[in-house]
Amino acid sequence: MADHVNAVQLATGDWAGGSFPYAVGHKKLGMWLFILSDSLTFSALLMAYSYVRVATREWPQPFHFWPSVVTATVMTLVLLSSSLTMVFAVAAAKRGNRRGAVLNLGLTMFFGLTFVVLHANEWGVLIHEGVRLWQNPWGVPLFGATFFTLTGLHMFHVITGVAYLAAVAVGFGKGSFTSDDVEVSGLYWHFVDLVWMFIFPLVYLLSVKG
Amino acid sequence: MIAEASHAHEEGSKLYIMIWLGLLALTAVEVVLAYVQVFSTEGMLAVLMFLSLIKAAMIVAYFMHLRFEKTTLVWSLIPAVTVVIMLLFIFFPDAVRALELRVPQP
Repeated sequence: MADHVNAVQLATGDWAGGSFPYAVGHKKLGMWLFILSDSLTFSALLMAYSYVRVATREWPQPFHFWPSVVTATVMTLVLLSSSLTMVFAVAAAKRGNRRGAVLNLGLTMFFGLTFVVLHANEWGVLIHEGVRLWQNPWGVPLFGATFFTLTGLHMFHVITGVAYLAAVAVGFGKGSFTSDDVEVSGLYWHFVDLVWMFIFPLVYLLSVKG
Repeated sequence: MIAEASHAHEEGSKLYIMIWLGLLALTAVEVVLAYVQVFSTEGMLAVLMFLSLIKAAMIVAYFMHLRFEKTTLVWSLIPAVTVVIMLLFIFFPDAVRALELRVPQP
């Protein structure tokens, strides 16, 4: 009898399809695979930037400790805090606390937007100083290209993330999305936070005016 | 049952807040290093990358919950991306060599 049950379990188990070898839903697995490919995009850009950064002795160092690096540090704090509220949103959603989840999603979006505003301001200052994609006042034209590409792609991810979270918050509040959807959107948001953990030191901390 | 759930909930929140504080502390270390500027560019790059990798691991393991997923998922995701990123770095030593290969400006 026991052998028969084992045989049936084997036949209907891992090889019969319909099981979840990773024990996660398809949305979560899909998001993880997207994050994998996206992390390679950012890695390639960061790698290319680091290469020219190290290979250029006279690389511009336009970031004064005050205000640029302090602003970027505050932006890091804001993004890390948004990750914390995102974690709380997922936890609330899993407990079935709709109000708490939407509230924390709102806080996360608020932090995300604060980040975008601070960063846009930073861009404004640099553009005002004459930094363009192909030229800048300090000589190495690649500075503008790498800076705007890296931070621009990241800011695009943050803006997309805020829109994504807004859609999830509305959907979850109405009951058309489940707590799994909140969790998957959280994965994306944490990834955006993670990428900034590399852009902040590489772009800002490596180019502080001495 | 409810008391148990809320206890687990408190434990979870505490863990996440600890991770958040740890990430803030590591960020503070990075900023202080940038302020005092004791390293060369290459040294600073290495130290910052080391600290950032720890931060990334903390985010992936706890915020993205990977530490509590099935091990098969971890093994399917992490080694692949690690190998590809390391392949990117194969020609990185050229960046330092390029400094000496440069033709001097007249």
